[in-house]
Amino acid sequence: MIAEAATRAAVERAARESYGRLLAFLAARTHDLAAAEDALADAFQAALEHWPRDGVPTKPEAWLMTAAKRRLLDRARHAQVHAQATAALAQAAAEAQARANADPVFPDERLKLLFLCAHPAIDAHARTPLMLQTVLGLDAARIASAFLVAPATMGQRLSRAKTKIRDAGIGFDMPLAAELPARLAAVLEAIYAAYGSGWDDVAGADAKRRGLAAEAIELGRVLGALLPQEPEVPALLALMLYCESRRAARRDAAGAYVPLSEQNVADWSHSLIDEADHLLRLALARRRPGRFQLEAAIQSVHAARRLSGHTDWHAVALLYAALRQLAPTIGAATAHAAAVAEAYGAEAGWTQLQTIPAAAVAQYQPYWALAGHLLARLGRRAEANAAYARAIGLCEDAAMRELLQRRRMAD
Amino acid sequence: MKFAILSYETPDNFAARSDQRRDALFGAVFRYIDEMRRAGVFVGGAGLDLPQTATTIRLEEGVRRVQDGPYPDTKEQLGGLFVIDVADEAAAIAWARRCPREPGRVIEVRPLLPPRT
Amino acid sequence: MNYTLLIYENAAGFALRDHPDESKRRAYWSAWPAYVQALRAAGALVDGAGLEPPHTAVTLRPRDGAPQQVQDGPFADTKEQLGGYFIIDVPDLDAALEWAARVPAAPGSVIEVRPNLKPAAAEAAAAGAQP
Repeated sequence: MIAEAATRAAVERAARESYGRLLAFLAARTHDLAAAEDALADAFQAALEHWPRDGVPTKPEAWLMTAAKRRLLDRARHAQVHAQATAALAQAAAEAQARANADPVFPDERLKLLFLCAHPAIDAHARTPLMLQTVLGLDAARIASAFLVAPATMGQRLSRAKTKIRDAGIGFDMPLAAELPARLAAVLEAIYAAYGSGWDDVAGADAKRRGLAAEAIELGRVLGALLPQEPEVPALLALMLYCESRRAARRDAAGAYVPLSEQNVADWSHSLIDEADHLLRLALARRRPGRFQLEAAIQSVHAARRLSGHTDWHAVALLYAALRQLAPTIGAATAHAAAVAEAYGAEAGWTQLQTIPAAAVAQYQPYWALAGHLLARLGRRAEANAAYARAIGLCEDAAMRELLQRRRMAD
Repeated sequence: MKFAILSYETPDNFAARSDQRRDALFGAVFRYIDEMRRAGVFVGGAGLDLPQTATTIRLEEGVRRVQDGPYPDTKEQLGGLFVIDVADEAAAIAWARRCPREPGRVIEVRPLLPPRT
Repeated sequence: MNYTLLIYENAAGFALRDHPDESKRRAYWSAWPAYVQALRAAGALVDGAGLEPPHTAVTLRPRDGAPQQVQDGPFADTKEQLGGYFIIDVPDLDAALEWAARVPAAPGSVIEVRPNLKPAAAEAAAAGAQP
């Protein structure tokens, strides 16, 4: 069963990779994402259906283009208004088919597509969904659920972004060297948003749960293969793999939530940690520090517990302090306070926590969970109880809610 | 004792909200609310927008699915609810009977949970 | 803008209310006040109530020409049944969905989020009908 699921996943990955390559190729030549998606939609569905049964074809892009042909011909027949656009698409499709048959490996222009999706002219809320839809071929309904948005709203958001790309003539060119850091930061952020889609966690110190974690890692790998020289790229992948390595340890046999500090290190995936360690070393060797290198380094300290048996909270607190300088978010600030409390005591942690402006955390559950925990340790029971109640009321996850309720009773 | 009066509507009743039957439809509801107010039984309530404006979240263990449209996927849909405070179930049913009748409208009466301390 | 969160629970969800295991029962009942408090702290709470389980319901169905027929049981014969509702005041649907995701109903529950009728529009229509 497990082998079968693994085969299925591998086949699906192959189909998504070919789809992404073809979509990037067609869209880069027509500047019309929606039309390119429309042309490939049926062929992609057919691939998801046939390939698991018949195996991945030797020339997957050629297979997809052949399957897409009828849709393209239908389009050409019915097109009246957009005759010119259809002609451009037909020409691009013919070129794609020729290359798919002739070239040993189909050209990979997905990096351009990643940069396009995170273009500053596109609504920030649409960037990650656009990436998931175009590069990986994910359907809008799934993306909508992960981001807790009505599918109709998500559909509109996506189609507005595509219209903007087409009508504003946003280019598919690679960013210039001077623009690269800023443009890359947007791409990395969009991928990380897919990893974290929708799940809060205790003090931000642990990974978000399901959402689109596997898809985000897939995007991280695509980017890693295409842009390996930028240290933040392997660092982001390392960060996601560290978090992913703890997935099995995050629930006990009864399905109850197990926080990071109580997880059994034997339940961590050591192969994922090894891969993450390797990627982080590669990134740090470039000697160009960045936000994701810091975040990955924090997780590597946690991962080291599997060898040393303890967590170096002083190191974690230092790294979070640096992260707050570089990328000040309430998640980092809350996690910093948690680490300070572990390293220097509840009083110090509470002082640190109070530096966060109240307005920023009104609806931030991890803040209230940590506040409850620290207040309880300081013996301020009534305040602790109120803070825990607030955290429970803001919780989106049943298992997390149960953990907080247990702590509220125990602390 | 508090009760909810739930009003389930047919597609045609929802359609009546935006055609020439609109004024009569809402007028009857407002007169009903006025009556409940006069009798001192009206606590609150809400009229709901059309079913197609609904979005549904299904909570599963560790996953949630967001879908367009109402729950459940039946022909009749909840159109609004009233909360009343009356002596007993018989009084609640008496008020439910006075709810304006529209073709196909079904009324459900259910006691509210008592407030817990 | 006002939205109503309609909370549909399945039999297992309703059973938590008087679950024989005290900790489960207590977890169920303590989560709701916490949620209400969070709504209130955010200034989003308008109204809300829990309903007694579906078997306590009676339903009035119209019959052609005859008076309404009163039957025991809820309106719809579905697996999930209305267990309660909240009316919230939030800027948009995204914010309403965020609060819906925080509803502490058991897994297996369904939360419908529907905008409320704009009181002004409904009242204007009603006023038009006044003699």
